[in-house]
Amino acid sequence: MNRRKFLGAMGVAGLGVAGAGKVLAEEDGVTGASVKDVKGLPDSYAVLFDVTRCIGCRQCEDACNYENRLPEPDVDFYDTGVFEETRRTDWKTYTLVNQYDDKPPGAGDLYRKIQCMHCLEPACAHSCFVKAFAKRPDGAVTYDPRVCVGCRYCMMACPFNIPAYEYHIALDPLVTKCTFCEHRLKEGREPACVEICPTGTMYFNTREEVLKEARKRIVNNPDKYQSHIYGEHEMGGTNWIYISAEPFEDVGMRMDLGTRAAGDYTSGALGGVPLIASFWPVLLVGAYAISKRREKVAKEERDSFVSQVIAEAGPEVGRKLAERLSKSETLDKAAIEEEVRKALNEAAAKTEREDH
Amino acid sequence: MSNHNHHDTGKSPWITPFNVIAGLIVLMGIYLTYLRFTGGLAAVTNLDDYYPWGIWISFDLLCGVALAAGGYTTAAACYVFGIKKYHAAVRPAVLTAFLGYALVVFALHYDVGQPWRLAYPIFVQQGTTSVLFEVGLCVFLYLTVLFLEWLPAPLEWLRLKRVRNILIKLTLVLTIFGVILSTMHQSSLGALYLILPSKMHPLWYSTHLPVYFFVSSMFAGLSMVIFESTLSHRYYHNKMDKEHLEGTPHVTFGFAKAAAWIMAGYFFIKFFGVVLNANWGYLPTFYGFMFSLEMLGFVALPAFLYAKGVRDKNVRLIKWTAVVAVFGIIFNRFNVSLVAYNYHLPSELKYFPALAEIGITIFVVTVGLILFKFIGTRMPIFYEHPEFKGSH
Repeated sequence: MNRRKFLGAMGVAGLGVAGAGKVLAEEDGVTGASVKDVKGLPDSYAVLFDVTRCIGCRQCEDACNYENRLPEPDVDFYDTGVFEETRRTDWKTYTLVNQYDDKPPGAGDLYRKIQCMHCLEPACAHSCFVKAFAKRPDGAVTYDPRVCVGCRYCMMACPFNIPAYEYHIALDPLVTKCTFCEHRLKEGREPACVEICPTGTMYFNTREEVLKEARKRIVNNPDKYQSHIYGEHEMGGTNWIYISAEPFEDVGMRMDLGTRAAGDYTSGALGGVPLIASFWPVLLVGAYAISKRREKVAKEERDSFVSQVIAEAGPEVGRKLAERLSKSETLDKAAIEEEVRKALNEAAAKTEREDH
Repeated sequence: MSNHNHHDTGKSPWITPFNVIAGLIVLMGIYLTYLRFTGGLAAVTNLDDYYPWGIWISFDLLCGVALAAGGYTTAAACYVFGIKKYHAAVRPAVLTAFLGYALVVFALHYDVGQPWRLAYPIFVQQGTTSVLFEVGLCVFLYLTVLFLEWLPAPLEWLRLKRVRNILIKLTLVLTIFGVILSTMHQSSLGALYLILPSKMHPLWYSTHLPVYFFVSSMFAGLSMVIFESTLSHRYYHNKMDKEHLEGTPHVTFGFAKAAAWIMAGYFFIKFFGVVLNANWGYLPTFYGFMFSLEMLGFVALPAFLYAKGVRDKNVRLIKWTAVVAVFGIIFNRFNVSLVAYNYHLPSELKYFPALAEIGITIFVVTVGLILFKFIGTRMPIFYEHPEFKGSH
């Protein structure tokens, strides 16, 4: 067990760092499962997006807008002028298609649809400090606006830059993102964007079947497709899966995200919390005890030293010592002077008694 | 503005340059507050979907908390490690820290969409997997601790002896609790960025970000105490008692020495961060320049200058070094949260704060100064209340 795993385990024990996995585990009736036991949710719904089939007709955008009752778009859904710039999701756009220049030239333009990837272990859910996001057993990553504080950490955390925000709304602005048309999933229906697609770019089924289909297409057309299934493992795996003929970078998909789920990156640090909370008090009280003891010993030594000097050399030397100490930079000057004075008085009293 | 400054300040104590400027800033702040809560964040900020966090997080939260670290460092040095000669520095440091944290929370009300739900993560639904949950919980608890640590000052001012004496008895417990909470959330502010490795420049992204943030908060706090004491001596010199005046050189030299050591250690842990992640290749880039400037100009240099200032007993040098160190912390937090963040985005998509956004930050800092002035003028911060002398 390496350090990170150990800390991670501590975190699970101490704080329940299992995260989005925990949400799932509870709903699946499995307890104590860590993030690593999610195992790809084979029975959840998923969509395979085949980049080779998309023609950029933007009907999916239209259908999404209608299905989710989103506001009118700035530019009409059938205007291809939007392709001149690379767009991203925003508060009135849950999904959109971008055009990517043909590479190599002459191969034809490429189109790729963007929407929430519906991660198996979502960064948004993991980062949310009020659990507004949840990964559902049907595959959807959902958002609960009733508890959202509007901190926008989910937007920071999302590796795919999906969640958007209603910056223009003064009171109760919300985070917006693709819902996977969860209301339709509940009825066993595919999302609106999948349903409307005229070219069969999207294939809707369980995640297990979707991955099988992706593999089948790649195996049957090895010269056509990249031998990579995007989303099978990216950021711990997603419920939207992509295959492409061209390198994924050419359609704006990052290949450097890694296969670890977002929560993996913070569990070590969070796991350190119970360690600090348990052991810091011990160290600090220890430091306090050491400083107290040092003080006590120093006082004892000083007292015995001063009284010894007075006993041996008499009040005259004691006075000189007091004088010397008063000039020194010693911290507890006042205390030493007090001790010296006391000792001198005692010595004087003693001499007086002896005289009688 | 300048017209008002020329008014006779002698007759009416209300018309002083500070009051006039602070008053104008507060008026501006009230107007911007109105804009913010009627027009939304879009009306006053340049935040967008790529940049959900701007300078209100970079400065008000990250720098605010780091620079308020003087509270836990000073209290720990005095009460836990028993360095009694720092006693006079504790109250100003605790006051600075308390106001710092209070203003962090105040500023967050502008930044979040639903400020009335700020306590939801603590009382309604706990997202325990979130680093931000840890930050929120610790800031909430530590603000309470700082309030209790600061409370004896107003209680002495109001002569409420009994409650004040109970609180004084809790000093050690509160100090230890404060150090634990500070350790956790100073580091967790760095840990906030752990979850987004793909968006952070490798020179700043590290699994040790929490350690970097915690260690740098120590010298941030120490430098801030030196810096704050410089200002206080200029404006509150007549308020300071013998203990405070005699203690100041100890604080300046002691804290400068500690800061020099910690900065040297911090320089090396960051250096080995570059070594371990084999990040040399990034150094001859713009990001490498920013990183090198931060490490050499704002860590190595002030560490050296602090050490030199202590050796030469040069108070002036130490005071100026504190300014460099404080600026260095701000530079670091901005580098992490704005320069390193989204480094792969094309420059036209990058964020630069709006004027109104900067205006609100200035307003928040000004509110802090006004409160500090109000409290420092009236309450026993720079001197021991005669009725409570020595009873600590």
